[in-house]
Amino acid sequence: MNYIDMLLFGIYPYIASVIFFVGSALRYDREQFTWKAQSSQILDKTYFRVASVLFHVGIIMIFFGHFAGLVMPYEVWNFLGITLAQKQLIAMGVGGFFGALCFVGLTMLVWRRLFNPRVRASSSVMDTLILLLIYWQLILGILTIFVSTGHMDGYVMQDLMSWSRYLLTFRPAEAIEFMADIHWIYKAHVFWGITLFVLFPFSRLVHIWSVPVKFIGRRHQIVRRRF
Amino acid sequence: MKVRAQIGMVLNLDKCIGCHTCSITCKNVWTSREGVEYAWFNNVETKPGVGFPKEWENQDVWNGGWERTKKGKLQLKMGGKLRILANIFANPDLPQIDDYYEPFDFDYQHLHTAGDTKHQPVARPRSLISGKRMEKIEWGPNWEEILGTEFAKRKKDKNFDEVVQKDIYGQFEKTFMMYLPRLCEHCLNPACVAACPSGAIYKREEDGIVLIDQDKCRGWRMCVSGCPYKKIYYNWKTGKSEKCTFCYPRIEAGQPTTCSETCVGRIRYLGVLLYDADKIEAAANTPNEKDLYQAQLDLFLDPFDPEVIAAAKAEGIPENWLKAAQRSPVYMMAMEWKVALPLHPEYRTLPMVWYVPPLSPIQTAVEAGHVGMNGEIPDLKSLRIPLRYLANMLTAGDEAPVVRALERMIAMRAYKRSQNVDGIEDFEVLKQVGLTPNQVEEMYRYMALANFEDRFVIPTSARAYAENAYDLKGDCGFSFGNGCGNGESGLNLFGGDKKGVRKVIPVVMKD
Repeated sequence: MNYIDMLLFGIYPYIASVIFFVGSALRYDREQFTWKAQSSQILDKTYFRVASVLFHVGIIMIFFGHFAGLVMPYEVWNFLGITLAQKQLIAMGVGGFFGALCFVGLTMLVWRRLFNPRVRASSSVMDTLILLLIYWQLILGILTIFVSTGHMDGYVMQDLMSWSRYLLTFRPAEAIEFMADIHWIYKAHVFWGITLFVLFPFSRLVHIWSVPVKFIGRRHQIVRRRF
Repeated sequence: MKVRAQIGMVLNLDKCIGCHTCSITCKNVWTSREGVEYAWFNNVETKPGVGFPKEWENQDVWNGGWERTKKGKLQLKMGGKLRILANIFANPDLPQIDDYYEPFDFDYQHLHTAGDTKHQPVARPRSLISGKRMEKIEWGPNWEEILGTEFAKRKKDKNFDEVVQKDIYGQFEKTFMMYLPRLCEHCLNPACVAACPSGAIYKREEDGIVLIDQDKCRGWRMCVSGCPYKKIYYNWKTGKSEKCTFCYPRIEAGQPTTCSETCVGRIRYLGVLLYDADKIEAAANTPNEKDLYQAQLDLFLDPFDPEVIAAAKAEGIPENWLKAAQRSPVYMMAMEWKVALPLHPEYRTLPMVWYVPPLSPIQTAVEAGHVGMNGEIPDLKSLRIPLRYLANMLTAGDEAPVVRALERMIAMRAYKRSQNVDGIEDFEVLKQVGLTPNQVEEMYRYMALANFEDRFVIPTSARAYAENAYDLKGDCGFSFGNGCGNGESGLNLFGGDKKGVRKVIPVVMKD
């Protein structure tokens, strides 16, 4: 057994999820004033709309893609009659498309954050750090597509699915077996992905929890009484 | 009938001298902080002009307020809820900070440190956002002060729509101006509340003040666009929206808002209005824009009507609020004398800060003998400020209510002049405008003398019925989010301001 693998892919995910959930709950409870999207649109709107929409649409679809690819049991795919190879092809195609959208948008946003004087001056260290981390993570993710072309049979995908399935069912020792022989690009992508969850409660990413779905069914007017 | 009470405001533009005292005191109290340097909960604009932020009245640009759809439904002009959510990543109707102005300070220190030079050193502006040198300041909350900037730019003022030959008002001899102090309207049908995806903005039931819950605000900034008056400001530092609070801590204590208290022209009035909350939506959805003013008047309830009093008591509105409603200067000006008019009723927000149209330029013209007389009253058609301009601003283009208000104010002056100067009672002029001598004496007392006690009739006990005092035991007073905090510790993991760091200079009491 590789101790590093155990630490990074067997134990770290659990630590990360505790920080993610407990941290989010604590921040919501104790520091709700800091719970926000922290948009800088008002400071400079130049090309902001296209950049932000591309980034958000891309990353949301990528999120659902990862959910379908990693968390959803492969029995579901079997049930749908999709083979492993086909599934990998879908993942590469859809992921590649939205990854490209996201990359274009995020590149513009990173540029804006680093080189627009107003945005840069009003950014916290965490704002910049989290954006660069997502950028790095996106690039790693896009690189995995190229690595995947080397093995189109889909078995690496199955390994990754198994890893997450075993982790989710609290069998880390078995889970890390599936991570042993995969390309380091995948490993890096997984590691930094987990790290994003660690940083999540301490960054502006918490706004993701606050998707305003209740808005749809809400009445127009809100009146509060104080007793 | 569901009776609710609200503190409303009237501003008598006839007496506004444009001194900006309201803006400055408001700024000192509420927005002298990083992130809202550019925000003026109260600002005074010179009209005609495009205002602050630029062209705020032009809803073809900003899509603020409500509209009636072809199917007859009341909907935000920004679009339905799904469209709002679809734009949550980037709001297409959001002003950029330059539409207000880039906040700045001057390099004052340079005046002290400049070396021996041929020319006097100057303090040059520096951006408060980026910290970089600003070569030119382009806009501000009163940029068009006393008709500053060229007419070609100012004539984009939306109130000029359908004013005939608006270009002649660019000529020096024909020009006109008036001041328009603006603050949050604390609407009965607020568009900001409806636009907020988080549901963080709310109207207080007990006094109608519209507030943003700073803890619940997520910074989606739809309210900034939703408000047609552009009176919600996004704090670029905290990432939350802020707005005029109607100085609610003062109102609760029975004191006037800061802007009202400090108004040297004594143009501001605060008082209770009772209205029927069940009829709000129907009133806001009145088919014809020109009927919106009347529809809002119809919402207001007569505080002397026994039925209204009984219904109000059933809703739990306290006795002293009903008493205040009966003495309300706002009710008198809006309902009894009909001299106060709402600002842009066509936005369908049912605003609760009303305006008495300005008379002074008219009166000056009368005295100079430029204007024809119509009985005892000068013919308002030939006056300096085009009636249509005022009507576009205050009654969705319907000139009749503006004429009535102006004529009544002229009649009041004519009556009091004949009474005091000539020693006769000129009832003819009153008959012409449909006022009784008693009403005119009251108008004179409230609008000309304008004593403090008459201008501000604010019941003090709002908190007593709105809150359980026991729950307040050991509570903190005013704070910015996160409850009280314990004033300890330096480190904050979540990026908020460090607790226990006071950013104000403490007051030291000395003998």
